[in-house]
Amino acid sequence: MPNVMIRRKDDGGLLFYVAKKDMEETIASVETDTADAWGGEVELTDGSRWYIDPISPPPSFPTTLRFKRAEV
Amino acid sequence: MAAMTREETQALIQEVLEVYPEKAKKDRAKHLAVNDQSIEQSKKCITSNRKSQPGVMTIRGCAYAGSKGVVWGPIKDMIHISHGPVGCGQYSRAGRRNYYVGWTGVNTFGTMNFTSDFQEKDIVFGGDKKLAKIVDEIDQLFPLAKGISVQSECPIGLIGDDIESVSKKKAKEIEKPIIPVRCEGFRGVSQSLGHHIANDSIRDWVLHNRDGDTSFESTPYDVAIIGDYNIGGDAWSSRILLEEMGLRVVAQWSGDGTLSEMELTPKVKLNLIHCYRSMNYISRHMEEKYGIPWMEYNLFGPTKIAESLRAIAERFDDKIKEGAERVIEKYQAQYDAVIAKYRPRLEGKRVMLYVGGLRPRHIIGAYEDLGMEVVGTGYEFAHNDDYDRTIKEMGNATLLYDDVTGYEFEEFVKRVKPDLIGSGIKEKYIFQKMGVPFRQMHSWDYSGPYHGYDGFAIFARDMDMTINNPCWKSMQAPWLKSAADDAAAPVAASA
Repeated sequence: MPNVMIRRKDDGGLLFYVAKKDMEETIASVETDTADAWGGEVELTDGSRWYIDPISPPPSFPTTLRFKRAEV
Repeated sequence: MAAMTREETQALIQEVLEVYPEKAKKDRAKHLAVNDQSIEQSKKCITSNRKSQPGVMTIRGCAYAGSKGVVWGPIKDMIHISHGPVGCGQYSRAGRRNYYVGWTGVNTFGTMNFTSDFQEKDIVFGGDKKLAKIVDEIDQLFPLAKGISVQSECPIGLIGDDIESVSKKKAKEIEKPIIPVRCEGFRGVSQSLGHHIANDSIRDWVLHNRDGDTSFESTPYDVAIIGDYNIGGDAWSSRILLEEMGLRVVAQWSGDGTLSEMELTPKVKLNLIHCYRSMNYISRHMEEKYGIPWMEYNLFGPTKIAESLRAIAERFDDKIKEGAERVIEKYQAQYDAVIAKYRPRLEGKRVMLYVGGLRPRHIIGAYEDLGMEVVGTGYEFAHNDDYDRTIKEMGNATLLYDDVTGYEFEEFVKRVKPDLIGSGIKEKYIFQKMGVPFRQMHSWDYSGPYHGYDGFAIFARDMDMTINNPCWKSMQAPWLKSAADDAAAPVAASA
């Protein structure tokens, strides 16, 4: 369950940064991304998938969240 | 020698790896790669930030070096205690040439060495009392010091001293911040973790000190220079460009920096990161906590300077954008003259770099401005994200080497035959004896600054005087010369 910092890129996309792993990836898709919740399964551009219980109301970025590896 | 093809470079790596035992070979193979610009993620071609193999000659430092030597050390108005035996502080004293202004020993302490000089009894009975005594002595002898940082050396972690509680207690007594830093040398695989620990200690003990204080009048043009250690005056030659653009530089981290500058940094509008590796942690923290955006920039060589100044100006209004254009135009005659003078002397020369931090990728632009080509580059202590940024800067099929060993580096140089090598002091004399021009690029070979337009002129001059130095023609003893010349003659004639 790594701590993940999520921040906006210059082009508006979201970056998924795990400090301990020096991993910085762009988020490809988010399962729930509506006006009143954000979260669920998150897929990154490198193909890995992570999970977080949807947060309501949606967090303002940048912020640090705890993610789990999504079950395959 | 013509540029190597991908296959040749790959073959070279294989050949160099051949001497290693099976296990070491397998490990080292992951750290050596042929650059491929089409790769987006460096982890697909190169492994980094791993423990060095036992028995090889590595050039890495330790966590203490990363914290005291790099991040904390240059903060001039604080006293940094090298807490532990005397050697660590003494042998790293003032070696990095972080320039600063002030009266050393009165209100600034950059080049001085403060140590608790651990003896056997301190190891046996603990050094906390000694630390408390040192703090009192410092407070008495150097009343103008703004704060103290306690930089732990290995034994502190091993014997389990509680430097945090001593620091808290004494900070209350002397009414100055005392920052305990757990940067024992054995932590991590290189100095890189020391940077991280130092960043975290700034985050926990310094950054929030003035959160409730609104007396600082900010302007919309406030920026902080982060990760510029003012080596040979680098931060100064960067700062004047930013100020000429119309920005106000509130803080310099940490070259020629002060404690109060660090405390004021949360009030700026934009953080400008030069050394991404050592200071990205604190920038990310400030982005999250204070909502300050950050961006990387590069002030080596006119092409990259213009690019960076324009990118910085993009974040501000038209006044700054005009300012950036004005600065670029103002210096154009100056850097055109530098290029006109040195480019003909340096055109086509090939360079291999092996340094740390940001240089293996940032300097490439400056060499290209002089018509030179970087054919191999590598980092001592980089992580994946550094190589992500490097792949795009380097030409295709060039060499990338991570935490290169002494043996590998020598073999690469023998085969690639560069015209110049830029690396550290430990490599300098080996390569000079091999007859290869060499610049010590950790602290600019006792020259500098290299940042900014003023620095570029010095950079070009230094490269020229190294590569075109007449001494390289005198590598052979005069009494051996005639015979050797005769032997070389037929080759020269046929070539």
